Amino acid sequence: MEDFFTGLFEPFQYTFLRRAFVASWSLSLSAAPLGVILVLRRMSLMGDALSHSVLPGVAIGFFVAGLSLTAMSIGGLLAGLLVAMAAGAVSRWTSLGEDASFAGFFLISLSLGVILVSLKGSHVDLMHILFGSVLAIDDYTLLLVAGTSTVTLIVISIIYRPLLLECVDPIYLKSVGGKGHKYHGLFLICVVANLVSAFQSMGTLMALGMMMLPAITARFWAKQVWSTILAAWIFGALSSFLGLLASYHFNYPSGPSIVLVAGIFYLISLFAGPQGSFYQHKKTYGQGTS
Amino acid sequence: MKISENKQPFPVIVDNLSMSYGAQKALESVSGTFEPGTLTAIIGPNGSGKSTFLKVLLGLLKPKKGSVKPSYAKLRQHAAYLPQQAEVDRSFPLRVEDFVCTGLWHKIKGFHAVSYRQHEQIHEVLEHLGLKGFEERTLDALSGGQFQRVLFARLMIQDKPIIFLDEPFTGIDQRTVNDLLKIILDWHKQGKTVVTILHDMELVKKYFSNAILLSNKLLAWDTTEKVLEHKDLWKVPVCMKSSEKSRGDS
Repeated sequence: MEDFFTGLFEPFQYTFLRRAFVASWSLSLSAAPLGVILVLRRMSLMGDALSHSVLPGVAIGFFVAGLSLTAMSIGGLLAGLLVAMAAGAVSRWTSLGEDASFAGFFLISLSLGVILVSLKGSHVDLMHILFGSVLAIDDYTLLLVAGTSTVTLIVISIIYRPLLLECVDPIYLKSVGGKGHKYHGLFLICVVANLVSAFQSMGTLMALGMMMLPAITARFWAKQVWSTILAAWIFGALSSFLGLLASYHFNYPSGPSIVLVAGIFYLISLFAGPQGSFYQHKKTYGQGTS
Repeated sequence: MKISENKQPFPVIVDNLSMSYGAQKALESVSGTFEPGTLTAIIGPNGSGKSTFLKVLLGLLKPKKGSVKPSYAKLRQHAAYLPQQAEVDRSFPLRVEDFVCTGLWHKIKGFHAVSYRQHEQIHEVLEHLGLKGFEERTLDALSGGQFQRVLFARLMIQDKPIIFLDEPFTGIDQRTVNDLLKIILDWHKQGKTVVTILHDMELVKKYFSNAILLSNKLLAWDTTEKVLEHKDLWKVPVCMKSSEKSRGDS
């Protein structure tokens, strides 16, 4: 038993592992509510699209200032926002839906990004950007992730009420004079900022994984919006902790380990969750239904 | 049930309102006045621009031409609007009570707390609509009829002197129609201006003093009696003829 607890907590005497835990945990604190709202709005794949669209900005930042976190973050933020705004504008002013216009712009952006990276960087750089490294987090990165997380949580709590109303009943919000698209825009900015802050330090996979997987998992455990967010936080924290442990003990790459643990929670919840899982679905609708 | 008084409806003047979706004309120069305290039904076949008319009227869509008096800002302050059910995302797990709370938007906006008195009001209204015990349910767990009652609860919480309803009775069981109709008639008695899009001619004939007949153009805007004599009325599908026998005067 003692061995078990030693194995559980002893690895965290190493600073790099503690940093990694704090970084991925604080990322999940702000990413979870964003993910929950994306899931509830049926925009789960939007995060994916946005994370890819960040690439050319990061590459340009890299060309201008080398491996500077600030330059690459600013570049990524701008590219992500550009895609989000362009897609938003297209869906507002043409007959194309938001998902389709997002797909169009993120593909342009991604291909541009890959070309830019291949022009100067080597294949290794691209891999680094895609997979990151949670274990090499310095003070500055930690501050960036924690700062983004804090600002996001503050912004979301300020716009929480109108944002949810914009999701559920946008026409009503408009009929009482609310500016729904502004809240939606602010929300998208938060999504992009979170993706970017986690981008180089932990990679796209981590950035997206921590945003979407705990949120999707939480849907099987909670009924209301706030409780779903709470459940997503718990799954985010657990995944960070267990994923890093696995990565330490079995020598797995850390980012994918964390995301994989989050994925395992998802698979378990698919069957065991009390809200709308296979188990409950079968109990409610019996056999032979979809 | 009356929540507060003090607000008097004012005339809403529609002047030459036109709207089109691309080349498709949805609404052609509609003019007229909603007098304060009138109960008006908007009738017309599907695709005749009824919903568009309400949306343009409230500034939810921008008109191609024409204007509405008073200003959109004032209308928004004093008019409540019931969208078609399909325009609300009912899969969202919001609590019934929280959803009805959004009717207080002008008072609470994004941040203000909901007072104890306002909570009580919401509970009273939900009880009045036969939704006692539904407060904690989420929207995705409601039937169509229950959800329409919730939307009416929000209208009552909004408590505006002018009310626009877009097909309040579509896809709803008879008992709910009767209950909601009673609420509409109550509003009328309280002196509110009520405008509603309807497909049930028998209801229009029986309860509504004024009617508007739309077929992208304005065919008639008058007392119901005169509108129902209009030569183009045959264009409107006379649905639910049999509804009369099942509906008492209650």
